[in-house]
Amino acid sequence: MLLQVENLQATVADKEVLRGLTLNIKAGEVHAIMGPNGAGKSSLASVLAGREDYDVTGGSAVFQGEDLLEMDPEARAQAGLFLAFQYPVEIPGVSNKLFLQTALNAVRAAKGLPALDMFEFSQFVQEKMSLLGMRQEFLTRDVNVGFSGGEKKRNDMLQMALLEPSLCILDETDSGLDIDALKAVAQGVNAMRSPDRSFVLVTHYQRLLEYVAPDVIHILYQGRIVKSGGMELVAQIEEQGYDAIAAAA
Amino acid sequence: MQTQVEIVDLLGAQSTYKEGFFTKTAVETFAKGLTESVVRAISAKKNEPQWMLDFRLAAYAHWLTLPEPHWAKAEYQPLDYQDYSYYSAPQCGNCANEACASAGAVSEPEIDPEVAKAFAALGIHLGAEGEEAEIAVDAIFDSVSVSTTKSRALLEKHGVIFCSFSEAVQHYPALVQQYLGTVVPHHDNFFACLNAAVASDGTFVYIPKGVSCPVPLSTYFRINEAKTGQFERTIVIADEGSSVSYIEGCSAPVRDSYQLHAAVVEVIVHADAEVKYSTVQNWYPGDDNCEGGILNFVTKRGVCKGARSKLSWTQAETGSAITWKYPSCILEGDDSVGEFYSVALTNRRQQADTGTKMIHIGKRTKSTIISKGISAGKSENVYRGLVKILPTAEGARNFTQCDSMLIGKQCGAHTFPYLEVQNATAQVEHEATTSNVGEDQLFYCAQRGIREEDAISMIVNGFCKEVFQKLPLEFAVEAEKLLAISLEGSVG
Repeated sequence: MLLQVENLQATVADKEVLRGLTLNIKAGEVHAIMGPNGAGKSSLASVLAGREDYDVTGGSAVFQGEDLLEMDPEARAQAGLFLAFQYPVEIPGVSNKLFLQTALNAVRAAKGLPALDMFEFSQFVQEKMSLLGMRQEFLTRDVNVGFSGGEKKRNDMLQMALLEPSLCILDETDSGLDIDALKAVAQGVNAMRSPDRSFVLVTHYQRLLEYVAPDVIHILYQGRIVKSGGMELVAQIEEQGYDAIAAAA
Repeated sequence: MQTQVEIVDLLGAQSTYKEGFFTKTAVETFAKGLTESVVRAISAKKNEPQWMLDFRLAAYAHWLTLPEPHWAKAEYQPLDYQDYSYYSAPQCGNCANEACASAGAVSEPEIDPEVAKAFAALGIHLGAEGEEAEIAVDAIFDSVSVSTTKSRALLEKHGVIFCSFSEAVQHYPALVQQYLGTVVPHHDNFFACLNAAVASDGTFVYIPKGVSCPVPLSTYFRINEAKTGQFERTIVIADEGSSVSYIEGCSAPVRDSYQLHAAVVEVIVHADAEVKYSTVQNWYPGDDNCEGGILNFVTKRGVCKGARSKLSWTQAETGSAITWKYPSCILEGDDSVGEFYSVALTNRRQQADTGTKMIHIGKRTKSTIISKGISAGKSENVYRGLVKILPTAEGARNFTQCDSMLIGKQCGAHTFPYLEVQNATAQVEHEATTSNVGEDQLFYCAQRGIREEDAISMIVNGFCKEVFQKLPLEFAVEAEKLLAISLEGSVG
């Protein structure tokens, strides 16, 4: 099992956001987590990535056999947990290239691998960029500064491709994207699918799922997973809505 | 011996300040206190001519009438000027008498090996090795210049005068008299006045007409003795059509009491000449409890005298307990250009009140101010700047950008821009921003595997990039490293 979450409970600013969430993910699986606004979707992503303002009040999370909740955010990242942000952050004055190289070398150092120099890094990043169909100018621009919504998400996909994580959590990466950007994100995910890499797609809409076929769909409602199933759940949500499904569960 | 043990203890507690070592060498230090006889003794020690003594005495008499200024947004107890020593110099073994200063340039005096070692530890090589370097250095240890590299070659091949201020008084009295006190008169302000009275050593630079100085010139200031003030006087003159890049670096040992540094720098830029003046200031900032550190009360000013002259100040300020410093440009010549690029970082309990003054007198004069203030810990960081457009300055232009960055919640950033526009054709722009190194940015970096300290350093360096690009390359690298060191422990 890659990730085992048991009865996880968490609060943010004294408000309960996760109320006993259980989730198991095997290597190579793609899970989609759907739910209405305020169900705790982004909270789940934040707690797993270790965002400081969230307090875990109960339960456990084991990632690759280690207690995830004991690890610093950077240690989680170094261990292979990647979060694609709903709102990727801007860092003025820092070139995307420097940022990507710093991140990659930090993760490599944690794995005991030597740092890539400028030349090696350039080659490596070129490969990944052509995989995602991205333009050169991405590297010289400041991190996410002046990027359109779609460009920011693509930049996150590029980071994901570079860092080669074992678990990728996409936190509503599809929200606010036009169809081309959405396809680009899907292309990134599909290109990276492999037997030893898993994905958690946190999403509000079913649109992304038309391009990335998940193995399991979960419905998150009021801080816990109330139902899990296959693609048929999507149709059910369309038909009945979250409230009815949660009430019946 | 007791002092040394204390120093080692302090050093242990202050691992973040790596220049904090103390050099043990034979020194001659005046007894504490400031009187007219001390002023006369300094002058005698340097074997100065009457006009220089007169300059000092006039300043001293005026200084006695001035109150210590406390208008800066920095709090400190009034200083006891009688509790400082006003002269301290390493003794050179073979010439421990007054003739030393006058003999200085003729036969290079031996450099005290301990002093040479101290400079080598700071990455500055004197002696034969220094002659091979890509940069010429005037090394100042407490009150005196101990070595000036490349001086002779520069003079013989290019006519460039690069020597200590004391030597200049001896060998180029006419030039010194022509320029001394013309940009910063002795009555300018309290600390400039004190400096004029007790000026220790500094650097003197003269670039002749049409000469582009082949190497950057630099001065490295090292305060070593406890309770000693350093009052260097630096004069840089660029004659018509010449150009020079001048760089200064500073550091001091860790001390538990305030050390006073009150320097005066005068820059004169003639027609079509260009001076680029860069400073990387890393004085000891004091400890977390506000004990010790350098009080950096400095008056730096340049005049763009001739048409199309240009003066550019670039500074990276990371040290000092208190910084009080406003490198300024008087834009007298038509079409002259003044620039000020500054990064001031404060951490712990440091207080910085720094900025610039741009005085536009000539027609179509242009100035640019880019100031980046970074506050961390419990520090206070102030930008204070004046842009003054006189009625004569037809078509003058100024652009000012002041950006402040806050790290943590216990520090402060303040901006005091003063604008006086007396000519309707002038164009003046001011932009200011304040930002936080946000939790969001730090989390984003952490989620990509980047340690918090590296993330802060990267974010802050990004914030300062515009200014660092203006520093000479090797100093830009130095400044980036300094920022990283100074930022250690800035987030609780």
